Amino acid sequence: MSSKSDLPQGTLDLLILKVVALGPVHGYAIAQRLQQVSRDVVQVPQGSLYPALHRLENRGLLAAGWEETETGREAKFYRLTRRGRAQLEAETASWQRLTEAVGLILGMAEGGTQ
Amino acid sequence: MNWWQRLWHRDAMEKQLEKELRFHLEQHTADLIARGLDPTEARRQARLALGGPEQVKEECRDARGTRWAEDLWQDLRYALRTLRQRPAFSAVALVTLGLGIGATTVMFTVINGVLLKPLPYLEPDRLVNVQEKTEKPTRWGSLWAFTYPNFQDCSRASRALAMAAWRYNGGTISQPGEAEYVDSREISSNLFSVLGVSITSGRAFLPEEDRPGAAPVAIISQNLWQRHYGGDPRAIGMPMVFEGKTYTIVGIAPAGFRLEGDEPDVLTPLGQNTQPFMQDREAHFGFRVWARLRPGATSAQARTELALVGRHLAEQYPKSNAGRSFVADPLGPDVEEVQSTLWLLLGAVGLVLLIACVNVASLLVARAVSRERELAMRVALGAGRSRLVRQCLTESAVLGLSGGALGIWLAGIGLRPFVAFWPGSLPRAEEVQVDWHVLVFAIGVSLASGLLFGLAPALRVPVRELEQALRAGARTVAGNSRRLHSGLVISEIALAVVLLISAGMLGRTLLHLSSQDPGVNIRNVLTARAALSPATLASPARIRVAWQDILERARRVPGVDSVTMVDTVPMREGNNQIGYRTTPAELPPDQQPIALATSVTPDYLKVMGIPLRQGRFFNDQDRSGREGVVVIDEAMARQAFGGQDAIGKHLWIEMGSDPVRVVGIVGHVRHWGAADDDPTQVRAQLYYPFAQVPDSYLRRWSELMSIAVRTSIAPLNAVKTLRWEVRGATSDQVLYEVRTMEQLASATLARQRFLLLLFGVFAGLALLLACIGIYGVLAYLTSQRVPEIGLRMALGASTREVLWLVLRQSLGMIFLGAAAGTAAALAAERVLERLVEGMQPAESQTFAVMILVLVLAALFASFLPARRASRVDPVQALRQE
Repeated sequence: MSSKSDLPQGTLDLLILKVVALGPVHGYAIAQRLQQVSRDVVQVPQGSLYPALHRLENRGLLAAGWEETETGREAKFYRLTRRGRAQLEAETASWQRLTEAVGLILGMAEGGTQ
Repeated sequence: MNWWQRLWHRDAMEKQLEKELRFHLEQHTADLIARGLDPTEARRQARLALGGPEQVKEECRDARGTRWAEDLWQDLRYALRTLRQRPAFSAVALVTLGLGIGATTVMFTVINGVLLKPLPYLEPDRLVNVQEKTEKPTRWGSLWAFTYPNFQDCSRASRALAMAAWRYNGGTISQPGEAEYVDSREISSNLFSVLGVSITSGRAFLPEEDRPGAAPVAIISQNLWQRHYGGDPRAIGMPMVFEGKTYTIVGIAPAGFRLEGDEPDVLTPLGQNTQPFMQDREAHFGFRVWARLRPGATSAQARTELALVGRHLAEQYPKSNAGRSFVADPLGPDVEEVQSTLWLLLGAVGLVLLIACVNVASLLVARAVSRERELAMRVALGAGRSRLVRQCLTESAVLGLSGGALGIWLAGIGLRPFVAFWPGSLPRAEEVQVDWHVLVFAIGVSLASGLLFGLAPALRVPVRELEQALRAGARTVAGNSRRLHSGLVISEIALAVVLLISAGMLGRTLLHLSSQDPGVNIRNVLTARAALSPATLASPARIRVAWQDILERARRVPGVDSVTMVDTVPMREGNNQIGYRTTPAELPPDQQPIALATSVTPDYLKVMGIPLRQGRFFNDQDRSGREGVVVIDEAMARQAFGGQDAIGKHLWIEMGSDPVRVVGIVGHVRHWGAADDDPTQVRAQLYYPFAQVPDSYLRRWSELMSIAVRTSIAPLNAVKTLRWEVRGATSDQVLYEVRTMEQLASATLARQRFLLLLFGVFAGLALLLACIGIYGVLAYLTSQRVPEIGLRMALGASTREVLWLVLRQSLGMIFLGAAAGTAAALAAERVLERLVEGMQPAESQTFAVMILVLVLAALFASFLPARRASRVDPVQALRQE
């Protein structure tokens, strides 16, 4: 457990948006998906998943409704709103810029000169 | 869902949250079971993965953003519950606050209506008052009323201003109905359009009616329309005989149409006036000029333009207009005389409110102390400090607002009686209403008071040394709050001292002023203005005969001893100041001595009871055509002739070219009233015979004359016969403004009396509140000390020693408070001396008496808890621990 790293600040929202973008999904499934996709590398705290979901819902980035699952149970399904999609695109772009920049810095030769 | 929906559907959201989390747990458990875990272990792991369900829920609730509102709601309910639990405390606090806030709100409502509200015309901020201004100030100041020719020239030349003029007047309506003297105004035809007031019945004057020789037309007030025409709409077009001339009524002014506070009954076109002063560029006969900035024009433009016009006119008419210009100032209500009274009263009421707040604060602190352990417990259980402070403040805000609601209700009840109670008449009284300004003020004051008295208990919310607070018995905790309590009581006493001493000073002033000899015998004298029959005004000879006739008729009235005419009745509004010289040489304006000139008939001294000091008074031989004579008072004899014998000396006065001879000296009269006869006023008095008023002035003088009669019966009982007797052959001579001299004398002190009464009430209230405060605090502190007292008594302290123990504590507070209050009262004294005429400087006597009153009352209040303490049963007290 301790080998897993914590999620960088602010990225949980981005990950949730990305997962929800694939189609309507309930909270438990999001947790599962995050865990699978990240191959157990990052620790997604399930406890902070729901506050994050509610926050995104209240900001109008996600819409939610009660639907039946394949097993016939009622669950709260989240889907992306138009604003959510725009937000996802903007954040993805900025995340990529950031990681590229960080990668560049980390890739610099140790000596400082080429 | 938006914020409101989230707040509103709180319960539904809670259920959904619960359901969502349950689904998660069950799904996770099922998955784990499917992977081969046994159900119990699976449930445990699922729980662990999710974390504490309550914490997750809390975080989700925070995410809703409605948290603070929910907390507020919770705090509000808690506050109401605690208030209900202690009805006695809540009632005392609410009544205290309600009275304080109510009184403050009444004062503010009056100030708002009288001083702050704009004038009731269209866009009042674009209206200006235009006056003439001389470069060098004269003894009248440098601002002058317009002359009519100057108004006409300015009005024609100005591009930036639409200018209207009006002038005070008055006259007798002899038909229809009974003859009545009414207030009237001559107005330029555009006055209504300049003010933006529209006439709904009939019409305003036309420009062609604003000229000499046009058909006489009049606009009447709603009031007159009701009185004389019974509100009949056919009144428009009907004739009305006013000042002996028949006018056609063309319009009825809207209800509440006022010019400088008065609602004139009759309006006539100014331009129809054919008296000589209408053509005279030097006659400043009181023309008011009001103007509206035309669309797009600025007041700076208007000022430049007026200055330019002034320069042109000065070149064109150097004799009258040299050094004379025109200035425009924003048009505001004329309320200067009541301004200081109002602010003074608001200050006094504010002090009472402060005392009320301090009182409630000390009650709340007492309660907070007993709740200290509860609060410490809650902090220990994880409540945030800010949350607890917020809760305390919510409680006091609830208390403040409830007090405020009570206060607004009380203000609503008390407002009208207060305005009616105002001495004389309150200017703009019709504007005094509770409006949203007042509500905002009252709510603001309530919240501010709530914050003020809530702060002390809120800051007592424990932070550190929780352990100590939890472990400590009530005893040690009480010790900590003693200083705060004393501070509150001391400030309460100090505030009460300020009000008590102010009231004491006002009382002494009133006593002093009432005991002043006004210089006239005010008993059994009736005064009234008299309007001659308009038909007599045509010739000076007829005017003289008419007045002679009135005097003779009045003398015949049963109960009347003597009769006189007088233009400026002592202690009534109005005076005639003229310059005089003791040598023929002209004097520069700033060295010109001034006297109050009064024209009278020979019986004046007899009617007014003024003593003759030297020489003689007038007799029937002092007529026009004979040598001009005057009688002066002692003050003028000293001012004009020093100690020398004044009889037989000559004076050059501003009324004619020939000198007049002083024939007598009479006693000084307090013309300005008891409070105002000080060296800053014109005190020198000069009397001259009405019979010697030159013919050219006679008509104007006739408008100003009053009659005064000395009666052997109660003067008001003679009014009816007197009115009947002087009606004259055409029964259109009327008496108006009928007053006894006693009424006039009392009116000059009305302001002081009014202030004294209110300050007395406020001071009494403050004293009562302070005593309640002392009692409450001592009772509380003493009850906290019961175990200690029990111990002392067990160790041998006597009843008297215990009594002294408690009283000593209160004596300390009382004396500190009195000392602080005395210092503040000295400052208050300055304010009063500046704002109240005739204010007597405070003597140590006043201070001593008032402080004694306070100390006795405070000691009485502290005696009860002290006696209770001295009767403590030591055994029981010690067991209480």
